[in-house]
Amino acid sequence: MAQTVFAPWDDPQAKPLIQFKNVTKRFGDFTAIENLTQDIYEREFFSLLGPSGCGKTTLMRMLAGFENVTEGQILIAGQDMANVPPNKRAVNMMFQSYALFPHLSVWENIAFGLKREGKPKAEIEARVDEMLRLTRLVKFAKRKPHQISGGQRQRVALARSLAKAPKLLLLDEPLGALDKKLRQDTQFELMDIQEKTGTTFVIVTHDQEEAMTVSSRVAVMDEGQIIQVATPAQIYEAPNSVYVADFIGDVNIINGVAAVDGDGYRITWAEGQAPFTAKTANSFSEGQSCHLAIRPEKVAISAERPEDAANSVEGQIIDIAYLGNISTYHVKLANGQMIKAQAANTRRLSRRTFTWEDRVWLSWTDTAAVVLER
Amino acid sequence: MRRFILIAVPYLWLMALFLVPFLIVLKISLSDIALSIPPYTPQLDLSEGWDGIKSFLSQLDFENFTFLTQDPLYWRAYVSSLQIALISTVLTLLVGYPIAYAMAQAPDEWRPTLLLLVILPFWTSFLIRVYSWIGILSNEGFLNQFLLWTGIISTPLTILNTNTAVYIGIVYTYLPFMILPIYSALEKMDGSLLEAAEDLGCSRLSAFWLVTIPLSKAGIVAGCFLVFIPALGEFVIPSLLGGSDTLMIGKVLWEEFFSNRDWPVASAVAVILLLILVVPIVLFQRNEQKQREVDQ
Repeated sequence: MAQTVFAPWDDPQAKPLIQFKNVTKRFGDFTAIENLTQDIYEREFFSLLGPSGCGKTTLMRMLAGFENVTEGQILIAGQDMANVPPNKRAVNMMFQSYALFPHLSVWENIAFGLKREGKPKAEIEARVDEMLRLTRLVKFAKRKPHQISGGQRQRVALARSLAKAPKLLLLDEPLGALDKKLRQDTQFELMDIQEKTGTTFVIVTHDQEEAMTVSSRVAVMDEGQIIQVATPAQIYEAPNSVYVADFIGDVNIINGVAAVDGDGYRITWAEGQAPFTAKTANSFSEGQSCHLAIRPEKVAISAERPEDAANSVEGQIIDIAYLGNISTYHVKLANGQMIKAQAANTRRLSRRTFTWEDRVWLSWTDTAAVVLER
Repeated sequence: MRRFILIAVPYLWLMALFLVPFLIVLKISLSDIALSIPPYTPQLDLSEGWDGIKSFLSQLDFENFTFLTQDPLYWRAYVSSLQIALISTVLTLLVGYPIAYAMAQAPDEWRPTLLLLVILPFWTSFLIRVYSWIGILSNEGFLNQFLLWTGIISTPLTILNTNTAVYIGIVYTYLPFMILPIYSALEKMDGSLLEAAEDLGCSRLSAFWLVTIPLSKAGIVAGCFLVFIPALGEFVIPSLLGGSDTLMIGKVLWEEFFSNRDWPVASAVAVILLLILVVPIVLFQRNEQKQREVDQ
């Protein structure tokens, strides 16, 4: 059965759940968010990714209602959120510190929001039990937050923020406090719960791997602006700038000058070296400076010069990082530029083909690299 | 062995400075008044050996305790002390909580200064501070002069030598003991808890009621006991600021010892006071214990 691809952002008919319209936020002299416009659709798992201080948390706190917008508008389901206090918004937040009430049991923590709505007792009990089952916490219902583990606390926080069935759930670095293994498990759990409940999730993270794993779309932010919004695959394979390419995953950046060559470009990158060829959707004028971004796993490494490769260049292995499943080779080119190339370790270590100081050839196809303006 | 010695030190300290004096007081409370030095009988005479101890023990009785139940002065003084201690504890809480709350909300760089201001009165003698309240509260005192000057009142208020003055004195003196534990409880509180409460549908006020108050409960309880326990046996404040109708057990105790020179009855009063205090002290210890468990 063919599944329809979930991509409401490509559908001009789709109505966004959240609309940022020219939003600016200033703290005194400091501009945290600058003239930001962005739509987020229902059922999305939207990530805000960026280094600390890029404004991603401010953006989220504005959605929750803890910060006011200095200029512009935020609309949730078409309604302007200015002057709507946090307790009147159909938005719930999962805090970075979890912010579980230490004096209440797990059960009471989850019931807290429901009780404020003044729902009948039976309804509250049914909903809390449902949440406990969803987050696999039934056994711990009577415990206090200080009597359970970090992973369980994280699930209580999630259950509590989901209990009121919000239209929108905000997650502020939700997995930051968990160790790597638990984090990976929890990521899939989060996706599962998001799918089951159909809630729109907006997640703030500085962990690019996490953003890639869970999101329908990722927004890469820097200095109060969104640099690129796209699906994880697009962000990785077609970054729109060196900043994004560099922020997401590992990348080699080669600076050069573009020259039109048929349907692609020839990029002169060093004197006395053959130019690289690359095909790209971006257009460059003759002699414009550009950046060639190429992922290490797309660079092949070989002892002999490959016959049919579009681009090939000779270098010397300076360093090898052995990561178990793959090895990363740091290769120095003739002009001193370092290029990282990755190769899967299909053989046992003792029979490794290349070692330090070896002279090798690096090669890649003409579509492997992305040519970027900035 | 080393551990035993380590534990033995505080125990010996408590034995020497608490248990032994208490046993002496208990012994006096079971004795009879006498015109001698010291002014009670029997005296323990160890030179007569075992018989001496026996005859000493046979002369001890509970007469003084029976006397306390017969004269209404004593139980009235106990009840009145409990009442004054209770009311002043509530008043101290009402004054102290907002101060502690404001201190915990203050910017980080201000907090040490505010804390210092709370502790600052301890640098002056307690007695001098209570005396200075006489200067403020008396009929010609600063307060009356100020109120007359502003025209709020036309005749001076009689505050000194009433129970009101005692309340003012106790609230003023014990305020730091209320503020400090509440402040330390509030200061530890994670601000995101209040945001979470608001996020889940609380108004500011209900968030305060449902989160801030329960989380500062241990501090409130500790502060109340720290005020209530000493206030119950308070002697200086009622005798300096209170009137002739201010009945507090501390004052009765003092009069029994120094005016009547009836050591045995005075000791009996002290023993009963201690028994009354054991209840709140045990409760206080329990509260502290519970708090430590939560903090771990």
